[in-house]
Amino acid sequence: MAKKQVMFTFPEKLIKEPIIFNLGRQFKIVPNIRRADVTESKGWVVLELEGEEKDIDKGLAWVTGKGVRVDPVVGDIIEG
Amino acid sequence: MSFARVLRCRKCGQEYPIKPMNLCELCLSPLDVTYDYKAMSGAVSREKIASGPRGMWRYKDLLPVEGDVVDIGTGYTPLTKATNLGKELGLEQLYIKNDGVNPTYSFKDRAVSVGVTKACEFGFDSVACASTGNLAASVAAHAAKARLKAYVFVPSNTEPGKLVGAAIYGPTLVVVNGSYDDVNRLCATLAQKYKWGFININLRPYYAEGSKTLAYEVVEQLGWRAPDCIVYPAGSGLSFTRIWKGLDEFAVLGLIKPVNTHMYLVQAAGSSPIVNAFQAGDLHVNPVVPNTIATSIAMGNPADGYYALKVARESNGGACAVTDEELVAGMKLLAQTEGIFAEATGGAVIASLKKLAKVGTIKKDQLTVAYITGGGPRSQELVSDIVKPFVVQPNLESFEKVLGDRI
Repeated sequence: MAKKQVMFTFPEKLIKEPIIFNLGRQFKIVPNIRRADVTESKGWVVLELEGEEKDIDKGLAWVTGKGVRVDPVVGDIIEG
Repeated sequence: MSFARVLRCRKCGQEYPIKPMNLCELCLSPLDVTYDYKAMSGAVSREKIASGPRGMWRYKDLLPVEGDVVDIGTGYTPLTKATNLGKELGLEQLYIKNDGVNPTYSFKDRAVSVGVTKACEFGFDSVACASTGNLAASVAAHAAKARLKAYVFVPSNTEPGKLVGAAIYGPTLVVVNGSYDDVNRLCATLAQKYKWGFININLRPYYAEGSKTLAYEVVEQLGWRAPDCIVYPAGSGLSFTRIWKGLDEFAVLGLIKPVNTHMYLVQAAGSSPIVNAFQAGDLHVNPVVPNTIATSIAMGNPADGYYALKVARESNGGACAVTDEELVAGMKLLAQTEGIFAEATGGAVIASLKKLAKVGTIKKDQLTVAYITGGGPRSQELVSDIVKPFVVQPNLESFEKVLGDRI
């Protein structure tokens, strides 16, 4: 089993969709939310995903395809 | 022996021993080094610091290192009174802190010197980073000095000059085909898989501390006083927060009076998520896709954006963004008034300073320090239009004819 820590940033049109629930159910991933701030117009969630590495990768590709921005939880790793 | 005691989570306060880690296991927030300031105050004094080596390691008691340090001659860079530029901008007490004259031509040497020292202490045999240029050069140089292996990742659009600036020190240089986001994702995966000292990931709490010396030096060079205003560029926002921490520490230790410095944060308009949040009154820094020639500060999802935003607000400072055209004009203005050739990021600082002075946000009698964080030679191609030489034949007649009124 692998673990991955990521940050999801949701656009307004996706705020009401149960994306994290579906991610867990469809890809057999356990999402563990650690921090979040979600309002009617925007939202971000910091979470740890646990599952098979290939399932996590597929799941993140699905989330990205839905229009959610997925970043490393540490923000940009690249620096000047 | 160091006065560093523990790593502490910025959000929930959970504490961890001093080891290579950067995120709280509970809430996944960043960790900071905390110190025993009571014990530290008994060990530091103005006199002791002033009698130390002429470089950043004169402040060793305030940094989280134990023994020998990896030093390539960093710090104690010039603080110059900018009389000519001050006249142009209407500022009577303007100073330029020129950190572009560090050994690898940027302020990153301060942070990396601490980060690589800790890598050695923790027993790593390899260090790594992802960079658009300056950090890559600095990590490679310090690894060479420490006899460590270095893995340096750069995006495929990195300028040739910056590749040379890193490659000369002999690291394993990896060009990643893809966007900045692709580089970020790859390096996040590598950092989990390989047992490297990833300078701005698992060594980040220590790396961060080196930037405090940007504040210490200015205070000492001003005769032990904090400036009224600081203008500083922000990519990840980390060093902006560490200047504030450095000023605060000097006050806590009784080396200076309580600090009342206004902190102004600068970004390029093509990558200004922190400035956007400041201006919108937001608490959250929303990521953007960077698009600017100031690649040193082109971070779309700044790791310390929230905390930098907080410093700008708490200090009654501000945030300012300038276009690429404005920052190139800033580079030229600084060079042609003060003789200092800054990289594009420095141009953004000068262009922002100009804006802040023009609208009276920074007042003419306020003691203001503008930081130049990287030297210009690596950004030469951005101002190549400046080269318009007079071409003459090797005789007096041709010379006088071609130059005409300019003689």
